[in-house]
Amino acid sequence: MSIVIRKKGFTAGIKLNENKKSAASPIQLLKTPERVIIPLQQHTGAECEPLVKRGDSVFEGQLIGDSNKLISARIHASIGGVVSGILKIVNPVNSAIISAVEITSQKAGKEGEQPYSGLQKQDGKPYNAGIIPENVVDLIDKIPREKLLETIKNSGIVGLGGATFPAHVKLNPPAGIKIDTLIINGCECEPYITSDHRLMLEYGFEMLCGIYIISRILEPQNILIAIEDNKEDAIINIENLIGALGFENTFKIVSLPSRYPMGAEKTLIYNLLKRKVSTGALPLDVGVVVNNVGTAKAIFDAVIKNRPLIERIITVTGDIERPVNLFVRIGTLLGDILESIKVPDNKTLKLIFGGPMTGFSVSNMDFPVTKGVNCILIKEVKKPLENNCIRCSRCVAVCPMNLMPLVYASYVKNNKYEDCREYYIDSCIECGSCAYVCPASIPLMGYIKTGKSVLARKS
Amino acid sequence: MEEKKLIKSGEILISHPPHIWKGFSTPKIMYIVLAVLLLPAGAAVYFFGLHALWVMISSTATAVFIEYAIRKLRKKRFVMDGSAAITGLLLALTLPPRIPIWMVILGSAFSIAIAKEAFGGLGYNIFNPALAGRAFLAICFPVQMTQWYIPKEFATDAMTSATPLSEAYVYVGTRTALYKDLFFGNIAGSIGETSALIIITGGLILIFLRLIDWRIPVIYIGTVAAGALVFGQDAVFQIFAGGLMLGAFFMATDYVTSPVTPLGRSVFAFGAGVITLLVRSFGAMPEGVCFAILIMNAFTPLIDKYVRPKPFGYLRKIAKGRVKN
Ligand code: SF4
Ligand code: SF4
Repeated sequence: MSIVIRKKGFTAGIKLNENKKSAASPIQLLKTPERVIIPLQQHTGAECEPLVKRGDSVFEGQLIGDSNKLISARIHASIGGVVSGILKIVNPVNSAIISAVEITSQKAGKEGEQPYSGLQKQDGKPYNAGIIPENVVDLIDKIPREKLLETIKNSGIVGLGGATFPAHVKLNPPAGIKIDTLIINGCECEPYITSDHRLMLEYGFEMLCGIYIISRILEPQNILIAIEDNKEDAIINIENLIGALGFENTFKIVSLPSRYPMGAEKTLIYNLLKRKVSTGALPLDVGVVVNNVGTAKAIFDAVIKNRPLIERIITVTGDIERPVNLFVRIGTLLGDILESIKVPDNKTLKLIFGGPMTGFSVSNMDFPVTKGVNCILIKEVKKPLENNCIRCSRCVAVCPMNLMPLVYASYVKNNKYEDCREYYIDSCIECGSCAYVCPASIPLMGYIKTGKSVLARKS
Repeated sequence: MEEKKLIKSGEILISHPPHIWKGFSTPKIMYIVLAVLLLPAGAAVYFFGLHALWVMISSTATAVFIEYAIRKLRKKRFVMDGSAAITGLLLALTLPPRIPIWMVILGSAFSIAIAKEAFGGLGYNIFNPALAGRAFLAICFPVQMTQWYIPKEFATDAMTSATPLSEAYVYVGTRTALYKDLFFGNIAGSIGETSALIIITGGLILIFLRLIDWRIPVIYIGTVAAGALVFGQDAVFQIFAGGLMLGAFFMATDYVTSPVTPLGRSVFAFGAGVITLLVRSFGAMPEGVCFAILIMNAFTPLIDKYVRPKPFGYLRKIAKGRVKN
């Protein structure tokens, strides 16, 4: 049987203008910033307590935040230096106030510096700077499952596709639940973003070994790597590597049509396996675990190179001259990233963290890149004008969750939040498709988010 | 200070996602529909002469003007979105060929002022404004609203005629000839409803462009045809005669006044079909399309409330007590 399975029949969802301008641009290193702000909650779950205080000196990769709660992920220093403050910042997604550690390095980084060239010590053990042992599969086989999970937990790994769910929790399903399928999500269905695409081209080996580690932990029968068919080069690359690593009996690549929101967990599971994950349920309820390709690589880095999650790949793109893919330290500030590119002058702009469909816009130059940010999008915009809903039902037709988005707008406007529940507002996955197609340019997602947060506060 | 250096921008906007928009706006939809409506409008002039043109122009112009005036009076934003023009033109297409212009203006003003703006404007009206305007005229001026003419004799010596659906109607000729006249439009009726060929062409364009839902015309017309067969009537005659084609393709498909879900729309179209049949067979009026659609318009909010799609992966009991991600 061939490694690549091609699926065609997905009809729902919308076709978006891909705009993957940076697809051919290799991942570059952003020079190590002099100052980073590292929020203590970059994941779904409980906020971490700071383990350092103002004036402490920290080394690169040092644990600086931890929590004793079950669902949480550890936070590490992404640069060496001195803690110059413990700040309070506002999370723009839910307007919650969270703490953040500000670190200022004494010496400025040089351009083109290798990651972790400093070989900092953690527990007396040096980081392995970028050298991959040849017999890596044997090496992984020797590490017991518990130790793998512990390393993942210690390294603060979360889902890097955007959901930021702590990986060690996801990979350790409650007793009695059998995972039969592991899905690795390389769909990258949002326009503009190419970070996962580049990762599959340039770090395919690390990613596959990461998947191998995950499969050691979960022991699933099927391993499916889902990639949209607009990334044919990545499919070929991964296919070749699977052959080279001798994984062809267990690993399968599934090529999917590029429709939005293909990469959303629920739609992806449905398209691959025809299993439906209900509102409030988790993929593991249908015997599935979904991990992003970036998460797999991060797990490899943690287990094999002993590196905590302190950097990630992001795409910097939009209406700028040269869109790029960058390796950036977690906590790098928006201002430092914009410095390296040319931003159009005298335009009305949106600065977006994340993709154009689901990302959030910011105006604060001191806003940091966190573990879940895969893209910074600089977009010229016109001010939208909201018109009357003409009940055209386009939003109903595109909703992947089968909802009636138009009703949320009128209910939220009239403060009838409870009625939104009658129309299953909790089932919305916030994909943005409805607002994208609305001819009246009604900000449906805004109403949905408002409605959900008011309801959450009430209950 | 540092911000100034990095970004010489007019402004930085903050908004909810998504940050891209398809850009297929309400005015675009409306103007495409308006362009397609030029087909039956052209046919109207072809069959019923220049007066039909004046009827359409005065109706459309009145509708746009009244909408503009009311929006300004109420100090609301006026959007030239083409919706008023569609209402005006659709109303004109349902009017008899010799209707006095002042009556047209009155009907069009009623459509916009009462049936649309009094309910809150575009998107808030319960009833299809064009049909409401027509119903208003039919009630106020029953005589003028039922004076019909046969197109081919129209230009020369206007002869009044009954419409095919009325009891007084007699057709001189074979059944095939009757079907042919019904299909091509050489028959007495409203200026825009006579040619099934033109209306179906326009309707198919709209369906092909995905501007209207095929379910509404197909189920509506299908229901009438099936019902006619059951009642032992001439099904071909029933679907081509009168305003059914115009109503099914252009009136019942109005976004604002029809349900939003596929199933809801099917229910809506089925209901309209049944009511049309009932009015035609048992009602005092020969034609029932206008009132059938208006009645179903009234049921639309109810249909949207009860015909609600179940969300993806819906379970009666939702798994509780687990961590949410
Ligand atoms: S897409 Fe917009 S205009 Fe159309 S029904 Fe939905 S909310 Fe209303
Ligand atoms: S209602 Fe929610 S799930 Fe449905 S299209 Fe809108 S954002 Fe997506």
